[in-house]
Amino acid sequence: MDLTFTAEERAFRDEVRAFLNEKLTPDLKRAHHLTPSVFSDPPVGNRWQKILHAQGWAAPLWPKEYGGTGWSLAQRYIWEIESAAAGAPSVTPMGLRMVGPVIMKFGTQAQKDYYLPRICAAEDYWCQGYSEPGSGSDLASLKTRAVRDGDHYVINGSKIWTTHAHHANMMFALVRTSDEPKKQDGISFILIDMKTPGISVRPILTIGGDHETNQVFFDDVRVPVENRVGAEGQGWATGKYLLEFERGGAMTSGRLRAILADIEKLASTYRDGEKAYAATETFALRRSQAEIDIDALEMTELRIMSSLQSGQNPGSVSSSLAKLRNSEIKQSLTALAVDVLGQDGLYWEGHRPLYEMNAEPGIPEDALTALPEYLNSRAYTIFGGTSEVQRDIIAKVVIGM
Amino acid sequence: MDLSYSDEQRLLGESANNLLAARAQKPGAADLWKEMADMGWLALPLPESDGGLGQGIVDVGIVTEAMGRHRARSNYVAGVVLAGGLVAALGNDAQRAALLPGLADGSLRLALAHAEEGARYNLAHVAVTAKKSGAGYVLDGRKVAVLGGDVADRFILSARISGGTRDAGGIGLFVVAKDARGVTVDGHATVDGAGAARVTLAGVEVRADALLSDNALAAIEQAYDRATAAFCSELVGLMEAATKATIEYTKIRIQFGKPLAVNQALRHRMADMSIACEEARSMALRAALHADDEDARSRSRAIAGAWAKVSRSARFVAEQAIQLHGGMGVTNELEIGGYLKRVVALDAIIGGPDLHLRRHAALTQHAA
Ligand SMILES: Cc1cc2nc3c(=O)[nH]c(=O)nc-3n(C[C@H](O)[C@H](O)[C@H](O)COP(=O)(O)OP(=O)(O)OC[C@H]3O[C@@H](n4cnc5c(N)ncnc54)[C@H](O)[C@@H]3O)c2cc1C
Repeated sequence: MDLTFTAEERAFRDEVRAFLNEKLTPDLKRAHHLTPSVFSDPPVGNRWQKILHAQGWAAPLWPKEYGGTGWSLAQRYIWEIESAAAGAPSVTPMGLRMVGPVIMKFGTQAQKDYYLPRICAAEDYWCQGYSEPGSGSDLASLKTRAVRDGDHYVINGSKIWTTHAHHANMMFALVRTSDEPKKQDGISFILIDMKTPGISVRPILTIGGDHETNQVFFDDVRVPVENRVGAEGQGWATGKYLLEFERGGAMTSGRLRAILADIEKLASTYRDGEKAYAATETFALRRSQAEIDIDALEMTELRIMSSLQSGQNPGSVSSSLAKLRNSEIKQSLTALAVDVLGQDGLYWEGHRPLYEMNAEPGIPEDALTALPEYLNSRAYTIFGGTSEVQRDIIAKVVIGM
Repeated sequence: MDLSYSDEQRLLGESANNLLAARAQKPGAADLWKEMADMGWLALPLPESDGGLGQGIVDVGIVTEAMGRHRARSNYVAGVVLAGGLVAALGNDAQRAALLPGLADGSLRLALAHAEEGARYNLAHVAVTAKKSGAGYVLDGRKVAVLGGDVADRFILSARISGGTRDAGGIGLFVVAKDARGVTVDGHATVDGAGAARVTLAGVEVRADALLSDNALAAIEQAYDRATAAFCSELVGLMEAATKATIEYTKIRIQFGKPLAVNQALRHRMADMSIACEEARSMALRAALHADDEDARSRSRAIAGAWAKVSRSARFVAEQAIQLHGGMGVTNELEIGGYLKRVVALDAIIGGPDLHLRRHAALTQHAA
């Protein structure tokens, strides 16, 4: 047993560091740092994705045949840790981590040839149309209907909480194509061009004052049948595959560590009398608590990675566990950041984006995101399967009934 | 012993709840401050001799509880209990007569300017200086998180006459007009929507009669303790409203063919939220009843303990209210997130539960 990387892995790490050093410009870092929303702003994320694409690193998780890097798990891990530590923007997961893998697994050759390169090059921007006003945790009860009319589906209904629907030119959606005794049957997975007539998008502001989510309405929207991925009525399995990908697959501890490092930096600029706040016992204890939680998650992620590498299936508990703990630790980190601000935690800056302000803010620039991030981070235990749903999944497996 | 409200107190609670509930229905309604003046709430804790009603923190708490319940965005406690309370405690006849009747009838707004960068809730931390100059003083430095400072006419402002930044002695308290030469008021939005300001003083000259006290720390500590007790009551109202809204929502939201409220995991959560409400109500009442204790140490210790308990419970309830609303909870549209914003704001104003737990421990006298 050994925690160290091999010589080749270390060489790879040096290559990644050199690349980040050269290509990750201060303004990209700053824009990422000053984005308090859950997902990165598309202009920022897309700029970074295009740089990665030029380097041939557009899709670290994908196999080579689809334009991926074909990296080993260790290499991916190194990539995640290093880009998080360097403060690189997080690229939208909708294409690379969600619809991309689905198209690879279930798509036709034509769909693969068309969509996958466009995801890598950030030519398409995707949104996810799963949740509906009446169907959240109980996703299978979804009602948005797609009725066959010649070589088109005619879609009517509404999706909600659709992240970045106002930026996206494409949506992947789950729609009901037939009524079956079992509600999971009769659902199809479909790709929708957001410019199709009959689609309207209503903004929903988050609690942190950011425009991330939307409600999307479909009024007789005609979508070519060839935009369906997988067989008609098989969309549930397709959609669930993606959710597994959304939950597991991610190596999140690197980002958490980077957030903690930022908080520590912030705490060293705030004072408690003569002392830096970072030097107080109150801060030190909470900082240690956070670090220990991250250590535990990182070691768990490494164990999962190691078992994947040796060809074992780590099982559904580990992906739920990682999602659950990542979201909870993230929330506690954002609360710690607000605590660091002390009285400045009262100060509210409503202007967006925060990296393009007209006037000097009344508190340090580095402190501006703490409050909206804390508020927005309430969503981490809600989207992608709520914490209650994750605990149900874990309980079912460990109890076995 | 009797822990029940008097008839007058019950009436006060009813009228406060009625007024604030009606206002919550019509956003953008007329200035709440004016209505609070008409209702007599601004006069409530001020001395009768100065145009006040001479009531205690229990009565103020009845009003703030209604404010928490209906998410009234106001710097009521800061204006009346902090700023007004300090004028009442320290002002001479002329000073009280000049300020308190106007505060009570709503025509004059006061804000306490005490907090500073780096103070970290240490109430003795005053770096703003007051240098004797002729018969008066010259003030220099900066105050932050001045609640209601964006709309205040006068600041009740602490400044150091002598001693080091965190010395207990030598803290003066002054009355400073917002338009005095050398005063810059930078009003800003706050997370709870109530509004605050940063106040910068550059060579501000005040006359000798602007001085309320040249040794104000004990009074400042008492004013903060009384305000904290009133904030405890506000959080009780807030927690109960958030819990009620959550219970109602989970009863009507159907997932998997049944209301969310039938799921045991959520039932236990809402049971815990309700327990938190009951404990908070007990602690808020305890705080209000100790807010005017003779012995400063035992008073502060009771208040610190109450805040440690109530603010931690309020955070739990407000966060869980959001969680149980799912996506609806994290939008700006549904006001459920507004509860959490106020909890965050109050922690920023007087420090969070960890800090007050430490304060409670530090104020504990151990048997030798
Ligand atoms: C910021 C944000 C971005 C999002 N982005 C997208 C997106 O891009 N695309 C998309 O399709 N969706 C998106 N979502 C939606 C998200 O997936 C749903 O919010 C989530 O599935 C929960 O559904 P709901 O909001 O309807 O809550 P509900 O399902 O109504 O749940 C409310 C509460 O009840 C609990 N609960 C529900 N059922 C049970 C049970 N059986 N036992 C115990 N507890 C239960 C939940 O855990 C939750 O606490 C987003 C949500 C947020 C907040």
